[in-house]
Amino acid sequence: MADQTIQPPKERFHLSMLLYDQRYRALTIQIIVLVAFLLGFFWLANNAATNLAALGKPIRFDFLDDTASYDINQRLIEYSSTDSHGRATLVGLLNTLLVAFMGCVTATVIGVVGGVLRLSKNWLVSRLMTLYVEIFRNIPVLLWILVCMFTFTALAPQPREFRGEDPSATMKLWDSVAVTNRGIYVPEPLFSRPLGDIDIGIFKISIELMVLLAVLLGGILFSRWNTGRANRIQAETGERPSTFWLNAGSIIVPPIIVLIALGFYVGKPELAGFNFKGGINMNASLIALWLGLSLYTGTYIVEAVRSGIEAVNKGQSEAAAALGIRPGRTMSLVILPQALRVIIPQLTSQYLNLTKNSSLAIAIGYMDLVSTLGGITLNQTGREMETILMTMAIYLTISLLISFGMTRFENRVKLVER
Amino acid sequence: MAREIAYVRTEMLDEKAPPASIVGVQGWIKDNLFSSIGNSILTVVAVFIIYVVLSGILPWIFLGVWNAGSLSECREIFAQRYGDGTEYACWAVVKARWHQIIFGYYATEQYWRPIMAFILILLSIAPLLYPSLPKKMFLISFASLFIYPWLIWGGSIWGPMATALGAILGILVYRFATARFGSLIGILAACAAALVWWSAFSGTAAETMQAAIPATIEEVSSLNLAGFVLSITIGIVAIVASLPIAIVLALGRQSDMWIVNKLCTGFIEIIRGVPLITLLFVATVLLNYFLPRGVEFDVILRVNILVTLFTAAYIAEVIRGGLAALPKGQYEAADALGLTYWQAQRLIILPQALKISIPGIVSNFISVFKDTTLVSIVALNDPLGIANNIRANSDWNGIVWELYGFIALIFWVFCFGMSRYSMYLEKKLQTGHR
Repeated sequence: MADQTIQPPKERFHLSMLLYDQRYRALTIQIIVLVAFLLGFFWLANNAATNLAALGKPIRFDFLDDTASYDINQRLIEYSSTDSHGRATLVGLLNTLLVAFMGCVTATVIGVVGGVLRLSKNWLVSRLMTLYVEIFRNIPVLLWILVCMFTFTALAPQPREFRGEDPSATMKLWDSVAVTNRGIYVPEPLFSRPLGDIDIGIFKISIELMVLLAVLLGGILFSRWNTGRANRIQAETGERPSTFWLNAGSIIVPPIIVLIALGFYVGKPELAGFNFKGGINMNASLIALWLGLSLYTGTYIVEAVRSGIEAVNKGQSEAAAALGIRPGRTMSLVILPQALRVIIPQLTSQYLNLTKNSSLAIAIGYMDLVSTLGGITLNQTGREMETILMTMAIYLTISLLISFGMTRFENRVKLVER
Repeated sequence: MAREIAYVRTEMLDEKAPPASIVGVQGWIKDNLFSSIGNSILTVVAVFIIYVVLSGILPWIFLGVWNAGSLSECREIFAQRYGDGTEYACWAVVKARWHQIIFGYYATEQYWRPIMAFILILLSIAPLLYPSLPKKMFLISFASLFIYPWLIWGGSIWGPMATALGAILGILVYRFATARFGSLIGILAACAAALVWWSAFSGTAAETMQAAIPATIEEVSSLNLAGFVLSITIGIVAIVASLPIAIVLALGRQSDMWIVNKLCTGFIEIIRGVPLITLLFVATVLLNYFLPRGVEFDVILRVNILVTLFTAAYIAEVIRGGLAALPKGQYEAADALGLTYWQAQRLIILPQALKISIPGIVSNFISVFKDTTLVSIVALNDPLGIANNIRANSDWNGIVWELYGFIALIFWVFCFGMSRYSMYLEKKLQTGHR
C-alpha cells in the first residue's frame, strides 16, 4: 500500500473548466475572439453587399477596361485619354513610385549631409541645421507641399516670357534647361541611328537603353574579375598589378563606343508656340511634391543620422585618430558604417512615410495613384468601393515591399555577434 | 654663506593675460567659426545663405501692410509708397480673417466656448504633465470627457450629464460586483449597467432635467466647426479614444494566443501600410456602405473614427516598444506573485510600459495634429480649408504666403512646444531605468 504512488484525481471535464482552467482558457478566449471577429466582418461585408446591390453596382472590376477619357500631364509610359482606366491607374502608380523614389534619394542626401553638418564643430553651421530641422518638421508636410507649389508657380517665369527679341527670361545651363512655371524642361538623350523599341504589351522598352545597360554591366563584371585577379596575384607574389586604368577603361570606354555608334545627341527643349517642346518635362506639381516631401522627410533623416552618429562610442573616433586616420575618412570608414545600424530602422520608417505622404499629390494635382484611381477614375465610374480598396491594397503592397527590402539590407549591415 | 645670484628672480612675475586670439569674442570666433580652412568656407557659405534668405524675407514681413480691406487696396498702398511694382506682405488678410482660421465659423459671441474648451484640455492634461499636482485633478479630466463635446457642439447640458451618469453608474457597479463576484463578472455587469442606462433611461432623464432646469447653449452644426478648433478637436479625440484601443492592440500583438496575435498584427500592419488620405476617403465615401441602410452620422464623427483607428495602430507600436523594453523579470515576478494576467498588466506591466512610452505617444500626437491638415482634402474646413475659402473670396484672391505663413506659425508654436516637452520628459523619465 505504501509504495502505491498517489495519482492526481481524475477530473471529469466540466464546462466551467473552459473558463477557469489555464489549459483551456486561452483556447476559449481565442475562439470567442475569432467568432466575434468573423461575425463583425460578415456583418460589415453583408451591409456593404446589400447597400451596393440596392444601388445597382455590385463589386466588379470591369470598369478598369473602360475608356478613361482624361489626360495625364506627367507620365512615364505612353498614355492618351482614349486608354483604359486600368492603364491610367498604371500611369498613376508609376508616378507615385517615381516621386517616392526621387524623394527618398533626395531626402537621404539631405539627411546624411545635414546630420553630419548638425554635429559640425562650426557653431554657425550646426545652429543653421538645427534651425532647418526645427522649422521644417514642426509644420505639416501638406503645408510645405502647397507652399512649394505656389512659390514655384509664382516665382518661375511663364513660358511666354521666353519669347520675343528681348525675352525677360532665359534658359539656364547653356540654353539646355528651361525653368517655367508649368514645369522644368531638361534635355533628353536621343539617338540618330535608333534601334527601336520592344513592345512588351504594357509598355515599351527602348533597345538602346538595354544595349547600354548590358555593355555597362559587362564592363563592371570585367573590372570585378580584373580586381579579383589582382588580389590573387598579390596573394601569391606579394606584388599587385595596377588595375585602375584597365578597370576604368572597361567601364567607361564600351558605353562611349556604343553611344557614338548609335549617334547619341542631346535633344534640347525648344520654345514652340505657347510652350516648350522636346526634352523631358518635369511638371511643376512633380517638382513641388518632390521638394516638399524631401525637405520635410529630410529633417527626420537628419535626426536619425545624428542619433546614429552619437550612438557610436567615442572611443571609436579616438582610436581612429590614434591610428592617424584623417577626420573625413574616420567619418566614412569608422563612424558611419557603425552608425548605419542605428540609422537604418529609422530610415525605413521614413521611406515608408515619404511613400505614403506622396499621396498628398492630390492636393496640388500631381497625377499619382490617388489622383488617378482614387480621384478621377472614382468620380467618373462611381465605383467607390473597388477603387478605394484597390488603392489601399496597392499602397499596402508597396509598403510591405519597402519594409521587406529594407529588412534585408538591415540584416546585411547587422553586427554579427559571436 | 649664501651667494647672491643676480639672475634668479626672487618674486613671481604677474600672470600675463592670454593672447587675444584665444579668449573673448575673437578666440570664440576662431574656435567655432574659422578653426580650419574647411570650416571657414562653411562659415562663409552659411553667412551667405542666411543673408540671402533674410534679405528676401525680412523686408517682405516687416514692410507689409496691416490696414487694408482687400488685396487690391494693399497693392494700391504699395504703388503709392514705392511706385515701382515692389510688393511686400499684405497682412491685412490675417488681420481681417485670423479669427476664422482659429475659431472657424462660430459666431463671435460664442468664442468663449472654444476658449473654455481649450482651457479645459490644459487643465485635464495638467496632472499628466506635472505629477506633483494632486491626483484629484484627474476628476477634471474625467469631467472634461463630457463637457468638452458639450462646449464644442452645444445643446443641452443634461445630455452629456446623463451620459456621464451612465459611466459613473458603470464604475460603481464594477466596484460593487468585483468585490463580490470577481473581476470578469464585474466588468460584464458594469458594461451591462451602463448600456442599459444609456439605451433606456439616459434620454428620458436628460429631457426631464432639461424641462425642470433648462440649461442650453446654442447648437453648432459640424459644418461650422472649422479652423484650429476642428484640428484640435480631431487631434484630441483621436489621441484620447485611441489610447485604450492601442493598449489592447499592443497587448494582443504581444500575446501568446495565435489568433489574437495575428488579428492584432494584421490590423496594425494594414493601417500602417496605407496613407491616411485613403482612410479619410473611406470615412467620407465608404463608411456609410458598411453600416445598415439608413444609419448615417456626421462626417466629422466619421473622420474622427478613422483618424482614431489610424492613431491607435501607431500608438500600439509605441506601447509595444514600451512592453518589450521592460525586463523579463517584471513579468516573472508578477507570475511568481500569483497575479492573474489582467492584474499583472494593471498593477505591474502597464504602469511601467506606459511611462516609457509617453514621449513616443506625445510625438505621435504631434504627427496626428499635423496630419489633421489632410482633412482639407476631403472638403472639411481645417485651417488649410479655410485658407482655400479665403483665397476664393474676390477680395483676397491671389494671397498665398501670408495665410499659409500664419497657419504655419501657429502649427509651429504648438508642435515645437510639444516636442520640447516630450524631450524634457524623455530626459526626466530616463533616470528610473538602467
